[in-house]
Amino acid sequence: MIAGAPPRRTTRLARRVESLPPSGIRRFFDLLSTMDDVISLGVGEPDFTTPWHIREAAIHSLERGHTMYTSNHGLIELRRALVDHLERRYRVSYDPTRETLITVGVSEGLDLTLRALLDPDDEVIIPEPGYVSYGPCVTLAGGAPVFVATSVENDFVPSVAALERAVTPRTRAILLGYPSNPTGAVAPHDVLADIVALAVRHDLIVISDEIYDRLVYGVDHTCVASLPGARERTVLLGGFSKSYAMTGWRVGYAAAPPDLLAGMVKIHQYGALCAPISSQHAALEALRHGETDVQAMREEYDQRRRLMVHGLNRLGLTTFEPRGAFYAFPSVRSTGLSSTQFAERLLIQEHVAVVPGEAFGPSGVGHVRCCYATSTANVTEALDRIGRFVQAIRAEVQ
Amino acid sequence: MSGDAREDCDPITRRILRILERDALTDPAQIAIMLDLDVDDVRARIDLTRRNGVVLRQKIVIDWERAGEPFVVALIEVKVTPQRETGFDAIAERIYRFPEARSVYLVSGTYDLAVHVQGRTMQDIATFVASRLAPLEGVQSTVTHFMLRRYKEDGDIFVRTPPVERLAITP
Repeated sequence: MIAGAPPRRTTRLARRVESLPPSGIRRFFDLLSTMDDVISLGVGEPDFTTPWHIREAAIHSLERGHTMYTSNHGLIELRRALVDHLERRYRVSYDPTRETLITVGVSEGLDLTLRALLDPDDEVIIPEPGYVSYGPCVTLAGGAPVFVATSVENDFVPSVAALERAVTPRTRAILLGYPSNPTGAVAPHDVLADIVALAVRHDLIVISDEIYDRLVYGVDHTCVASLPGARERTVLLGGFSKSYAMTGWRVGYAAAPPDLLAGMVKIHQYGALCAPISSQHAALEALRHGETDVQAMREEYDQRRRLMVHGLNRLGLTTFEPRGAFYAFPSVRSTGLSSTQFAERLLIQEHVAVVPGEAFGPSGVGHVRCCYATSTANVTEALDRIGRFVQAIRAEVQ
Repeated sequence: MSGDAREDCDPITRRILRILERDALTDPAQIAIMLDLDVDDVRARIDLTRRNGVVLRQKIVIDWERAGEPFVVALIEVKVTPQRETGFDAIAERIYRFPEARSVYLVSGTYDLAVHVQGRTMQDIATFVASRLAPLEGVQSTVTHFMLRRYKEDGDIFVRTPPVERLAITP
């Protein structure tokens, strides 16, 4: 290769797509499909079906013939209900007409944010391990992800000093995802306030993915936009998938200052156009009448969470106490296996699916992600099988 | 009996009961982990709910049709004449004492007692109504509705639908 020349294309795909690694999370898919009797702790979604009143509202909207596009921003009733909800819950106010956008899940919201913000090679600081899409979405938007490692020693929350070391003249934004997939970490209020202060110092945008905001256990969720100085530089992303068990509906929202939101809407109107109208009607019903469902599901997750974390710790798989989302992130180092080996052999030997931690970033090495959004019977059975597996591995080593 | 059951049944005990209501066989040790409680405390609380009558008994939900022993249920509207001292209670008791009466409610509206009667055949139920229920002193009239299909009972859906497929690995 001639020095300085771009690498030669080897496929018909754009280089940035070609160089994108496939999602590590789907690695076991083929293996899995050949097996039955698999207990999957590998999912990233609730095991509940969307509450009936929400489904019924969507059916009713179809019966009334609501099958058209909505405004690019989304149904105004939904945006109004959303703004009320954010005001009530987090004391943060937005103008429903100029500062909110209904998106096709947080996934689209994040993509819009990054594409609206980034010029080529602009940097986005991202704590890892984190959600699998963060890095690739930055890359696809032409930017450069800059990962900041976190570990169990600091509760999987980055120190402000570490974030500050990652700031360069090219840094445009910090992308936060708390409560965290895959670790279950919840960033404390004070740390978030310090991160916002850092963003103010360096004039950075804060992108806050708060999809798990309603799933916290024994702690309060801090909405980043509600922190002093944050609102004017924060893109708040949220959705209905996790709180109301609505993953397949693909509906979420973005709330941001008017200039940022206008940029996002510009892309959205040429791309997705609008979130599906039935999903928007369902989301409206969820906001209006879904609170008891959220609380019932959260109570249920909390019970399973304790069962999972207690069980894993008892097996010698040291597990950080997750305070949010629905994942446990145990260390599997005591088995002497890498997390990928652990996940592969556990699936083959005991038919339990977990996701290796490195799928979520290099600091995930030595961990696996176990989702406890599955019945208590499944959780206990999975723990039995993992126990048997760990015992067999330890016997091998000796 | 120990004290007022309502006082014994605090929010923690009610959380335990909600778990047991779903599956009465849940191991107290598991409940202790699920609710972050001491296992002896869980056992003591469960014992107390049995002693103070908050828990009447434990039962399982059976689809008798699938078990090969179908039965017939009728909802019977009963109009009664309330009595001077006891109101509806005495006549209700005379009805609920019959094992055939699976549930008995006093209701508002055009009739007074809603009685669910279970039998092996429609004839069983007809006989019960004609020879036991209708002749009771104080019963003015009855209207019998035979249940044709049981969709849902006590929160359990009896209609089978295929399970919802969920991907085994998702981000």
